[in-house]
Amino acid sequence: MTALCETADAPIAPRALKRRLRHAERRRNLLFAALIGPLAFFVLASFIVPIASLLGKSIDNPEVHGNLPQTLALLEDWSGDALPDDATFASLAHELTQAAGTPAVANIAKRLNREQPGTRTLVMRTARGLPLPEGTPAREGLIQLDARWGETQTWHLLRNAGGAFTGFYLLSAVDRTVDADGNIVASPPEEAVYLDVLKRTFVMSIVVTAVCLLLGFPLAYLMATLPARHANLLMILVLLPFWTSVLVRVAAWIVLLQNEGLINQLLMWTGVTEAPVQMLFNRFGVYVAMVHILLPFMVLPLYSVMKGIPPAYLRAAVSLGCPPLRSFWRVYFPLTLPGIGAGALLVFILCMGYYITPALLGGPNDQMISYFIAFYTNQTVNWGMASALSVVLLAATLVLYGFYVRYLGTPNTDAR
Amino acid sequence: MATETRQAAQETPPAHVSFRGVQKTYDGENLIVRNLDLDIRRGEFITLLGPSGSGKTTCLMMLAGFETPTAGEIRLGDCVINRLPPHKRNIGMVFQNYALFPNMTVRENLRFPLSVRKFSAAEIDAKVKRALEMVQLGGFENRRPAQLSGGQQQRVALARALVFEPQLVLMDEPLGALDKQLREHMQLEIKHIHQTLGITFVFVTHDQGEALTMSDRIAVFNHGVIQQIDVPEVLYEKPANAFVASFIGENNALSGRIDSRTGDIVSVLLPDGNRIAVSAGDAGGPGSDTLVSIRPERVRLARERAPRDNLLRATVLEHIYLGDHVRLRMQVAGCDNFTMKTPISRLDRCPAAGEHVDLALAPEHLLALAA
Ligand SMILES: Nc1ncnc2c1ncn2[C@@H]1O[C@H](COP(=O)(O)OP(=O)(O)OP(=O)(O)O)[C@@H](O)[C@H]1O
Ligand SMILES: [Mg+2]
Repeated sequence: MTALCETADAPIAPRALKRRLRHAERRRNLLFAALIGPLAFFVLASFIVPIASLLGKSIDNPEVHGNLPQTLALLEDWSGDALPDDATFASLAHELTQAAGTPAVANIAKRLNREQPGTRTLVMRTARGLPLPEGTPAREGLIQLDARWGETQTWHLLRNAGGAFTGFYLLSAVDRTVDADGNIVASPPEEAVYLDVLKRTFVMSIVVTAVCLLLGFPLAYLMATLPARHANLLMILVLLPFWTSVLVRVAAWIVLLQNEGLINQLLMWTGVTEAPVQMLFNRFGVYVAMVHILLPFMVLPLYSVMKGIPPAYLRAAVSLGCPPLRSFWRVYFPLTLPGIGAGALLVFILCMGYYITPALLGGPNDQMISYFIAFYTNQTVNWGMASALSVVLLAATLVLYGFYVRYLGTPNTDAR
Repeated sequence: MATETRQAAQETPPAHVSFRGVQKTYDGENLIVRNLDLDIRRGEFITLLGPSGSGKTTCLMMLAGFETPTAGEIRLGDCVINRLPPHKRNIGMVFQNYALFPNMTVRENLRFPLSVRKFSAAEIDAKVKRALEMVQLGGFENRRPAQLSGGQQQRVALARALVFEPQLVLMDEPLGALDKQLREHMQLEIKHIHQTLGITFVFVTHDQGEALTMSDRIAVFNHGVIQQIDVPEVLYEKPANAFVASFIGENNALSGRIDSRTGDIVSVLLPDGNRIAVSAGDAGGPGSDTLVSIRPERVRLARERAPRDNLLRATVLEHIYLGDHVRLRMQVAGCDNFTMKTPISRLDRCPAAGEHVDLALAPEHLLALAA
């Protein structure tokens, strides 16, 4: 008791008080840091770093730059009007000779071929003819191996493809290319597929999100208003899709939807149709399976928001003379907007990255952008293109998220 | 007798709201409201008072249309409204937690019932302005409910229930969430609004002080039955049964047995052998058990006795000083929770604990109620 009084009465210098406060806060901050440290590390290692390297890969241009450094350095000073000087020819011959027989040559060939189809043969043939016979000047030797070395355009090509970074992939991903004069122009029609794919990705995502919302909203409302016992049963049904792997669910849909599948048999048996209806390997099958898989992502946020809306609001609206349906629309619905926003955003963003379902259940015209990313990484090992498409996808997602925060996120935080 | 009833029927105007034989059960087993008969007069302030779970809200909800009676009928004016949907009843309602729409401003909240009724924009603005002035909230039109204090939200809810000029307003414990001071202030304010508008108010509370302050009449509920319905004074002075006596105000209850009865006075035998004369309440005939009830402020010391008063010996157990008055807890006739409340000015000396005093209990203040 006396001790307590003494400490309470003893004047504490403000400086000491501040120091004690800082000390206490430092300990608390250290504790927080220790707690979130593992997560921060995990996010850094599994998210930030891969995305950063992805962004890097989409503009990285190592093939020519890495293998013909000296030649490219010499080309820096080249005027570009006439053929380069002898030293440049000699350097190219030297560096190609060094690279001959290694994968580097194939990489250079592939890279140049992307800029201008047909250039692969130029590089491969030249590499095969190297080294030049003793005493042959490099210029004559190279032109003899392939006449295209005698054209300034070939050297322009080499110089353009030789930068450390390139916008080539990113431009291609939005169906743009750089013409000989350095202007950005539309890609030739046979290569301009990505904008269509992007549009298709958006359209399909919007459709799936809309269907999920239409199906999920009444379901969530039912769950929020039913007594707990029934609501829990419904919740289990909603979560059921989560308990099986996506592949199993897709396979199940194949069984159901195929021409000899259950649904078609039922339709024909009841006489609704004569011949089986094509429901697989087209848009319909993709939509059905995607909605099925993504529905919980819509229902759960909606449910949690609706659960927090007291029933008194609806009663109040009705008691004020507003008919029930109109009350629902004018009072209840606006309060569910945060849930609709969160659910729609979640479903939409998941849709944008969907790959396996369209790949297995869709036809060639139902593939989304992820299909092409997978194609470039798995089949042609074109990291540049795969990364560029990923960047486009990421950018589209971020823009969308920006809209969400701007137009749906803020007003509701106000209202709360 | 017959002429009397006819006269009474002529004098009382037709009830604004009447419950006839109304029953309600939620689960088909327990009757939450049993056989409710209640007439609410036009323009009166009636309070439904009762402990938690006694069915007050249920009654209010049936009147508002959110619950349907299991049996019986509810009339509003001349029409049976059992099947009338709530939005067509034109009844203003204030909910316990106000239920102000959080995504709308104060003005939008008040406009809501008016826009539904298709008033012109000018009329709407005028009515909203008037309603807000009535609750002294002019200037708060553009706030959202979250930006208002509890008392202000309460006023907005009241204004919203009144803005469309209903003839009947229901309030379900509207002051429950406010602190004591604000609650007392709002009680008076609501009372004044009632007096100004002259419309019928049905108010639900479980706070008896609130009910006594505000109401023209109070209906005391217990277990879904109206125990008594009367003006506050009668409810307090002449409780119909032991429940009402104990629920409203402070009360002393001495248990005893009825000995004999002469007119309105019964003689009650207390456990200590004393006999006292008591006004007959709802207690049964001679031989039945009774609870004799008396308000603490009606207990006097023997020197103030009137000729007919009963004298009882008491032992003081405790005295509590409360500034303007003193409370004495005493043991009387086997009950050691007997309280006396007296202004300091009427005591020349405060009896100490352990002291014996004689009490004078007037028969008209003692009430024999069925145990
Ligand atoms: N929707 C419902 N379903 C089932 N039982 C209900 C329902 N609403 C109320 N009850 C029951 O009816 C009884 C009376 O409830 P009510 O809400 O009318 O009480 P109250 O008098 O308003 O009490 P309080 O003062 O606590 O508000 C309670 O026992 C309650 O459990
Ligand atoms: Mg209640």
